[in-house]
Amino acid sequence: MIPDWLDLNTVWFVLIGALFTGYAMLDGFDLGVGALHLFTKKDEHRRILLNAIGPVWDGNEVWLVTGGGALFAAFPNVYATVFSGFYFVFVLLLVALIFRAVAIEFRSKQPMRWWRQMWDVGFACGSVLSSFLIGVAMGNIAWGIPLDARGEFAGTFFDLLHPYSILLGVTTVALFAMHGAIYAAMKTEGELHEQLRGWINKTIICFVICYAITTMATLLYVPHMAARVRANPWLFSIALVNMLAIANIPREVTHRRDGRAFLSSCVAMLALMTLFGLEMYPHLILSNPNPEHSLTIYNAASSQKTLGIMLLIAAIGVPLVIAYTVSIYWIFRGKVKLDRMSY
Amino acid sequence: MDVLTLSRIQFAATVSFHYIYPPLSIGLGVALVIMEALWLKTGNPLYHQMARFWTRIFALTFALGVATGIVMEFEFGTNWAAYSRFVGDVFGSALAAEGIFAFFLESGFLAVLLFGWDKVSRKMHFFSTCMVCLGAHFSAIWIVVANSWMQTPAGYHIVETPRGPRAEITDFWAMVFNPSSVERLFHVLCGCWQAGAFLVVSVAAWYLLKNRHVDFAKASMRVGLSIGLVASVLSLVSGHESAQGVAKHQPAKLAAFEGLYETTTNAPLVLFGWVDAKNERVIGPKIPGLLSYLTHGDVNKPVTGLREFPPEDRPPVQRVFQLYRLMVGIGLAMIAVSVIGSFLCWRGILFRHRWMLWALVFSVLGPQIANQAGWFAAEMGRQPWIVYGLMRTSEGLSANLSANAVLGSLILFTLIYLLLFAVFVYLLNDKIQHGPDAADLVPSGKLALPRRQ
Repeated sequence: MIPDWLDLNTVWFVLIGALFTGYAMLDGFDLGVGALHLFTKKDEHRRILLNAIGPVWDGNEVWLVTGGGALFAAFPNVYATVFSGFYFVFVLLLVALIFRAVAIEFRSKQPMRWWRQMWDVGFACGSVLSSFLIGVAMGNIAWGIPLDARGEFAGTFFDLLHPYSILLGVTTVALFAMHGAIYAAMKTEGELHEQLRGWINKTIICFVICYAITTMATLLYVPHMAARVRANPWLFSIALVNMLAIANIPREVTHRRDGRAFLSSCVAMLALMTLFGLEMYPHLILSNPNPEHSLTIYNAASSQKTLGIMLLIAAIGVPLVIAYTVSIYWIFRGKVKLDRMSY
Repeated sequence: MDVLTLSRIQFAATVSFHYIYPPLSIGLGVALVIMEALWLKTGNPLYHQMARFWTRIFALTFALGVATGIVMEFEFGTNWAAYSRFVGDVFGSALAAEGIFAFFLESGFLAVLLFGWDKVSRKMHFFSTCMVCLGAHFSAIWIVVANSWMQTPAGYHIVETPRGPRAEITDFWAMVFNPSSVERLFHVLCGCWQAGAFLVVSVAAWYLLKNRHVDFAKASMRVGLSIGLVASVLSLVSGHESAQGVAKHQPAKLAAFEGLYETTTNAPLVLFGWVDAKNERVIGPKIPGLLSYLTHGDVNKPVTGLREFPPEDRPPVQRVFQLYRLMVGIGLAMIAVSVIGSFLCWRGILFRHRWMLWALVFSVLGPQIANQAGWFAAEMGRQPWIVYGLMRTSEGLSANLSANAVLGSLILFTLIYLLLFAVFVYLLNDKIQHGPDAADLVPSGKLALPRRQ
């Protein structure tokens, strides 16, 4: 059923990459909206922001859940090593995601000021912390983590918090904040909309600075994360697309084409994730030191049989998922208006 | 305490807290489908009001289910890494299928169910409600399949890899339809339907006692009791089949359920009692032969006792025995409650029997306790195995995990879950006190468009 020339391990590397990219593009904006939440002062504005992501945030988070499930199924050794090795990072991420989720649901259920303020803080902190920790995890994967011969993590929680991973954490927060600001601007009108337009420019500046520092740090200290592009100069076009997409955002915002600005931001994320994937391939977790202990798409994978079955599941499931996602975004298109059912 | 005990406590605590919510979502999902179907069919605005009110409760349970559910998926990796490596090839596929087929469906259409009232037509809204309900059921299917594979592994072989042995799929459908999955799924769903149905019944009974929202309460009561009655009776049937499966495939577990030490024909069923583990006997009233009869349909056939298994392969008998009895006892009580309630309701005199209404108010706790007790019996009954007969629970732990780390996360989760539970109860109570919205008797937006007759 599955042709011989198709390398299932590579296919699953790409598919899991696609799931996490989908997660970044979708949940990225609602984490970003969370990061900006406390900067709005009026209760009505906060409600509009929450309802801008209201119908979709839950579905967006499913990309992470499914990405985790797919990683478990396709590369169980990576799932086991990363989740047990990054124990506290994931426990904190869970706490952040829980607070964020319940804060959205609980916040507007009571009129008291302290109640709303409490959940607003929970929502904002949860969102920032989740984005930061996702960045820290990415930073560690790029930098490499100490693995022993059995592929188990051989470090501690504090080994994971080095300057490079923290830098990636901050960059992720900035990226999501920019993405969220653009999304929120797209979904709002009036006073809040004008306020958000100002923030888009600030978040872009923030992100570009972080991005420049990350790029420099990567070239200087993590040269293996630039090796493939160095060896194949035509791949630089992806980096170019990334820069142009980012540069295009303020242009579209100035022309009040928020939808296109959002698309540019998505393209930038896609390009970033593509570069990340290209540099990692065929590794999933680099071992640093002792690169021979690295987990690759071959030594960490499930059996060919399972990868084949899972591909079939994906072939049936993914078109359905895309169909639901597109229809939900279509039904809830346009500017947010508060009504009785709103948060 | 050691890492193993702490990790087990953490998993038990997080999964049992999580399991308060999905059954409510599944059961309320069915109730919502029925309410909206009645509304579509009759056009009676009361059903619209009901659907709206129960949707708000559903949203609350769903949010907590999602928030606490993601913990479960992560925890396999964080605390049970060796287990994850061993089963990833098999168990991971079921989990990934759950994500693709269930969660996306559920969360996508949930948006329409919650926020789409004024944006889509009645039929589209009804369709979305059906899809959310279906998604919740799919989710139950895949997770019960995965868990059943841990009880009765099938469709796999053990392969040596450089990182030790692991289970790999040989036959996907044999894995999905492993010997216990269908019966257990059916039994789990019955428990979920009861959880949702008796929440509806409980709130309706309370309104009737307080003489508030009477029309709303009567209509909700009828829907709730109908689902509750069917689910309670089916629960007995599916439970019986499931127990027969356990006797066949996990005899040590059945022996622990029943506190049976000696393999014997004409095996007695203990109604209630105390396990004297030291002397390997159970003290309490027994019905001779009933266990053999229930297991094999024949009193002359033997039922395997715990003595057939070396002590290190036996589950903790006392706890499993008591939890199993608690589940069965509540299950039977739920049948009694729903039969009496339905009879009185059908005769139209339920609303005069205040004692029965009070019983119905508290009936919401029954399925919740029974669901927890049942799962604890099932999971503790599988001990000392994490995958029955293949891997011991102690072998499934993450390497390099310190007891302090797990203790820290356990305390963190406990505090957060206590807070969440308090807020949940507070908000649930608030919504119930507030009651259905009178404005919901008049559909608005696209729903208000005249229907074609």
